[in-house]
Amino acid sequence: MPTIIFIEPDGAEYPIAVKSGTTARDAAVNNGVPGIDGDCGGECACATCHVHVDAAWMARTGMAEPGGMEANLLQFAEGSTENSRLACQITMTDDLDGLMLRIPDGQH
Amino acid sequence: MTTDTLARDPASTVPLSQMDVSDPKLFQSDTIGSYFARLRREDPVHYCPESAYGPYWSVTKFNDIMQVEVNHQTFSSEAKLGGIALQDMQGGEASLELEMFIAMDPPKHDAQRKAVSPVVAPSNLALLEPIIRERAGFILDSLPIGEEIDWVDRVSIELTTMTLATLFDFPWEERRKLTRWSDVTTATPETGVVSSFEQRREELLECAQYFKDLWDKRANEPPKPDLISMMVHSPATRDMPYLEFLGNLLLLIVGGNDTTRNSISGGVLALNQNPAEYRKLMADPGLIPKMIPEIIRWQTPLTHMRRTALMDAEIGGRKIRKGDKVVMWYLSGNRDDEVIDRPNEFIIDRPNSRHHLSFGFGVHRCMGNRVAELQLRIIWEEILKRFSKVEVVGAPERTLSNFIRGFTYLPVKLHPH
Repeated sequence: MPTIIFIEPDGAEYPIAVKSGTTARDAAVNNGVPGIDGDCGGECACATCHVHVDAAWMARTGMAEPGGMEANLLQFAEGSTENSRLACQITMTDDLDGLMLRIPDGQH
Repeated sequence: MTTDTLARDPASTVPLSQMDVSDPKLFQSDTIGSYFARLRREDPVHYCPESAYGPYWSVTKFNDIMQVEVNHQTFSSEAKLGGIALQDMQGGEASLELEMFIAMDPPKHDAQRKAVSPVVAPSNLALLEPIIRERAGFILDSLPIGEEIDWVDRVSIELTTMTLATLFDFPWEERRKLTRWSDVTTATPETGVVSSFEQRREELLECAQYFKDLWDKRANEPPKPDLISMMVHSPATRDMPYLEFLGNLLLLIVGGNDTTRNSISGGVLALNQNPAEYRKLMADPGLIPKMIPEIIRWQTPLTHMRRTALMDAEIGGRKIRKGDKVVMWYLSGNRDDEVIDRPNEFIIDRPNSRHHLSFGFGVHRCMGNRVAELQLRIIWEEILKRFSKVEVVGAPERTLSNFIRGFTYLPVKLHPH
C-alpha cells in the first residue's frame, strides 16, 4: 500500500496509506485530511482538491495536461503554481509511495 | 396527500409531450418539485417543443447535468447564442451591451475571470471576515424583539448588500444603489422593475458613471483589498476596456445579490419546517459549517443554467442537435435520489453535504461560492448568539421567476435567549 504524505499550511503532516488505484483526493476525503473538500466527487470539475506537489515528486506525478480540464480549473484556484495539481487526478501506484502533497493555505 | 389529490395533480396527468417546466408560476407556487420528480422518473432528458422561450431540453438528473457542465467545448455559454438562462440574453438597440465572463466561452472567459477572482479568494476573504461579522451583528442588533418583521428586507437583502458594499468598499450610505442596479441589470419592462429598455439603459449609465468616479478615486490612493482598488492597481486589469469593467462589476453585483439573499431566507424557513433540525442546531452550534452547504442545496437559489449545443451530442441516450437550447435544472438534480440520499429531507448534519449542484461545476463554477458560505456561516453564528428562535409567523411569498428561486417576503418574530 503506497503512502501519501499530506502537508498542511502549518506544517502538520498526515501520512495516509491507500490501495494502489485510489486517487489522492479520495485518500484525503475518506480520511478527514483538512483542506481538501472535493465537492464534485472526484470528477475534475470543481478545483476544491488543489494541492502543490513537492518539487522532488513532480517528475513522477507529471504536470496537469496543458489545455485540459484540470489545467482549465487550476488557473482559477488561488495560489496556483506549476507544481499545482488536482488531487482527484493523481492516482496512487507503488511508484508514488511517499508522495508529498502540500495543501494550499485557506483552501477551506 | 390522498390518492385522489395525486390523481388530479397536473404534474402527474399532463402528457409528457406537453410538459413545459418553464412556467414561472410553478416556481412561485413552489409546485415545480412534482414535475421534476416525474421527469427524473419517466423522461430525465426531456424535450419541450414549444414554450414561451422556444424549444428547449430539460436535463434533470445529477450526473447528466455534471456531464453538460464539464463539456464547455460542446455546450456553450456565449451571450450571442443566447447566453446562460432559458430567457435569451437581450440584444437590440435599446439595451446596453455588457460583456460578462459568465456568458463567454474559454479563452476569453478565462482571462476575465482570472482578473477579478482574487477579490473572493480565501486569503482576501479572511481580511474581510471581521468587517462582515461586525456589520452582520449590527443588522441583528437593530431588529425589534417579539414584533413581526420581514426577514427578507430587514436581514437577507441588507446583509448581502452590505457584503457587496464591503467587497467594493462602496460608499456605505448609498449601498442600496447596488441592490437597485442589480435588479435593473436583470430587468425587462415586463418585470415592472423598469418601465422601458431606455430607462434601464439610463440607470446603467448612471451606474457606469458612479463606478468610473470610484475607479478614478482609487487610482490615486494606495492599494487596498477591495475589488475596485485591486483592479485599478493590477497590471492584468488596469487597462481593461471600460464596458468590460462595468459588465464584470455588474456580474459580481447580480451574482452576489439574488443568490445568497435567498439562501439566508431559505435557511430560516427550512429550520422552521423541520423543528427537530432546529433543535439539533441549537444543541450544537458546531454543526453550522455542515449545515451551510445543506441550506444551499435545499434552497438552490438559481434553478438552472442554460447552454447552447455547438455540435450534435448525446445526453442520457437522447440526441441533442447543434443549436439546441439545453437547460440544466440544478433544482431537480439536487433532489436526485440516485446521487443524494433522502434528497427530500433537510438534514443539517448530512454526510457529504458539499456534493450539490447549486454552484455549478466546471470552468463556470460559481466564483463567489466562498463568499456565499462565509456570509451564511457568519449570519447563523451571530443569530445563535442572540436568539433562541427566528420564528416564521406567516406564509412566505416567493419570487415569480423560473431562474431565481427566492423569496420576496418572509414574516418572522425573534425570540431572545
